[in-house]
Amino acid sequence: MVTRIDRRMAKLKAEGRPALVTYFMSGDPDYDTALSIMKALPKAGADIIEMGMPFSDPMADGPAIQAAGLRALKGGQTLVKTLQVAADFRAGDNETPIVLMGYYNPIYIYGVDRFLKDAIASGIDGLIVVDLPPEMDEELCIPALKAGVNFIRLATPTTDDKRLPKVLQNTSGFVYYVSMTGITGSALADTGKVAAAVKRIKGHTDLPVCVGFGVKTAEQARIIGANADGVVVGTAIVNAVANVLGPKGEKTADPAEAVATLVSGLSQGVRSARLAAAE
Amino acid sequence: MDQPATPNSFRTGPDEQGMFGIFGGRFVAETLMPLILDLERHWNEVKNDPDFKAELTDLSTHYAGRPSKLYFAEGLTKHLREVSSAKGLGGGAKVYFKREDLNHTGSHKINNCLGQILLAKRMGKKRIIAETGAGQHGVAAATVAARFGFPCVVYMGATDVARQSPNVFRMKLLGAEVRPVTAGHGTLKDAMNEALRDWVTNVEDTYYLIGTAAGPHPYPELVRDFQSVIGTEARAQILEQEGRLPDTIIAAVGGGSNAIGLFHPFLDDKEVRIIGIEAGGRGLDGIEHCASMNAGAPGVLHGNRTYLLQNADGQILDGHSISAGLDYPGVGPEHSWLRDSGRVEYVPILDDEALEAFKLTTRVEGIIPALESAHAIAHAVKIVPAMDKDQIVIVNLSGRGDKDVHTVASMLGMEI
Repeated sequence: MVTRIDRRMAKLKAEGRPALVTYFMSGDPDYDTALSIMKALPKAGADIIEMGMPFSDPMADGPAIQAAGLRALKGGQTLVKTLQVAADFRAGDNETPIVLMGYYNPIYIYGVDRFLKDAIASGIDGLIVVDLPPEMDEELCIPALKAGVNFIRLATPTTDDKRLPKVLQNTSGFVYYVSMTGITGSALADTGKVAAAVKRIKGHTDLPVCVGFGVKTAEQARIIGANADGVVVGTAIVNAVANVLGPKGEKTADPAEAVATLVSGLSQGVRSARLAAAE
Repeated sequence: MDQPATPNSFRTGPDEQGMFGIFGGRFVAETLMPLILDLERHWNEVKNDPDFKAELTDLSTHYAGRPSKLYFAEGLTKHLREVSSAKGLGGGAKVYFKREDLNHTGSHKINNCLGQILLAKRMGKKRIIAETGAGQHGVAAATVAARFGFPCVVYMGATDVARQSPNVFRMKLLGAEVRPVTAGHGTLKDAMNEALRDWVTNVEDTYYLIGTAAGPHPYPELVRDFQSVIGTEARAQILEQEGRLPDTIIAAVGGGSNAIGLFHPFLDDKEVRIIGIEAGGRGLDGIEHCASMNAGAPGVLHGNRTYLLQNADGQILDGHSISAGLDYPGVGPEHSWLRDSGRVEYVPILDDEALEAFKLTTRVEGIIPALESAHAIAHAVKIVPAMDKDQIVIVNLSGRGDKDVHTVASMLGMEI
């Protein structure tokens, strides 16, 4: 079964450039603002959208995404509303792939079967669930694959060659390579090492490999994008939202515009990536 | 929920996937997965290794002071018999305390820390991290880190840092770095998140010394096994002192390490009634309690599936308890399984009831119990008067209460 992610990745491969994968937090700081941010992303050059599902205890996230999740929860965001954001977006855009990213508990409480049904109805194409390693595939990965939703797995620097096949086994859509051991928003790892790791993973799979954790600028997107099939930017986008919020959460400027400005720059970075690699 | 069929033994879990029925498991980020597989491999190597056992036994004896005594609490027994008579019942079981408060560092936490530090040493790790609520585990972790020469970082919620300042100072004296965690409500849950973030960042050299029988497999199993010395000793001691098994055993459950340690060796003694006590806080009607098994629902947090306090959207709630050590919205997965299988009863005790038991025990026994342990004693106070005089109850006195005197003083409106 071919998903929007597969189609988008194939198209970009034909164009000879990496994908810009943009993460934002659903419901941050409120429903309407989050929806306007989401709508601004493709126009600013995002190829794939990752939408964060807020969770009270995001164990793999740094302070920026923790704070964004708490702002969203404070603003009344729930998983039901996150799916609604996707559905509202889909009404005006049937091409841009949407990947939900977060933690398992809200999905487990929602009910796996009901969640998959509602996610598909909302136009969701893929899932990244941080705390479901391959050892727990029966929980959600297998049901998602059966339902036709991509389950995108994280590979990390601790995933050695022996373990890699297990991690890749039920992965679809793309592989998300976490550039470092650490939490989101840390400093970017040694780009040479990242390139080598991407090459190593590509030796095990035909799936596209996108790289995330630590990419904040157009220049970094260009360098990482020279060797990867996609570049994921999250914390920088979440920070762009936080930067236009006052101490009481009031907007001091338009968050969607702030995000669009950042993403346009990043988009220039990925668009010049292969050019740079060819030089 | 469907009641699972009664198994032949309640002591065979977890399975190879780390599951106790539907509970437990390995719900962690991929970065940590190779680490917990490595831990499991080493744990499987050492758990039947006589050299490892001998080293642990030697330290338990000469460093921690084991075996801990099984003490006939004559003063409390006499008091509860008077209560029984006043009610016209004429009963009152004999109450024994398993004296984990007499261990080095003042609680059962040292049992687990000694076991895990030996494991860390075998694995060639260079740095120890731990989370703590009341600070008892933090102190025990800092203690073994000092003894074995490891640098140690303890994550502690900022709220707990404020209400457990004597333990913070003890950890610092022991050479540990205490990092206050301001996220969330600044309690144990948030400290555990932060410890996991440290571990995911420092994967090469760091050993995560979890303080309770929770977290991803194999932690619930290995912490239980290190704490089972409590129940193994208590079982042998009561057979020697009374010539028979107890009728009822009681322990407080936060994450549940002292409780599983006492319970596990008794699980297949069908005639022994086993009761775990949850923190009822200010009552189960509201959200100011930590009774995850009485008022929560199964969910996934901190690497395992277990009963959790959470809302309808699967967001974890903070809970409340007078006792920092019980102030955790989850519980070890084996307890969740024992609850659903019906082998162990879990009941709540309120803040006020625990406080009364704290005062009573101090007055009639000359023992200041930890507020955690006072929850278990409070339940004994409730049920013992209605029991027969020839019946026997063992309460796990998991720790001493010196750390709690400031909290108790402020509850009683006194200044010290």
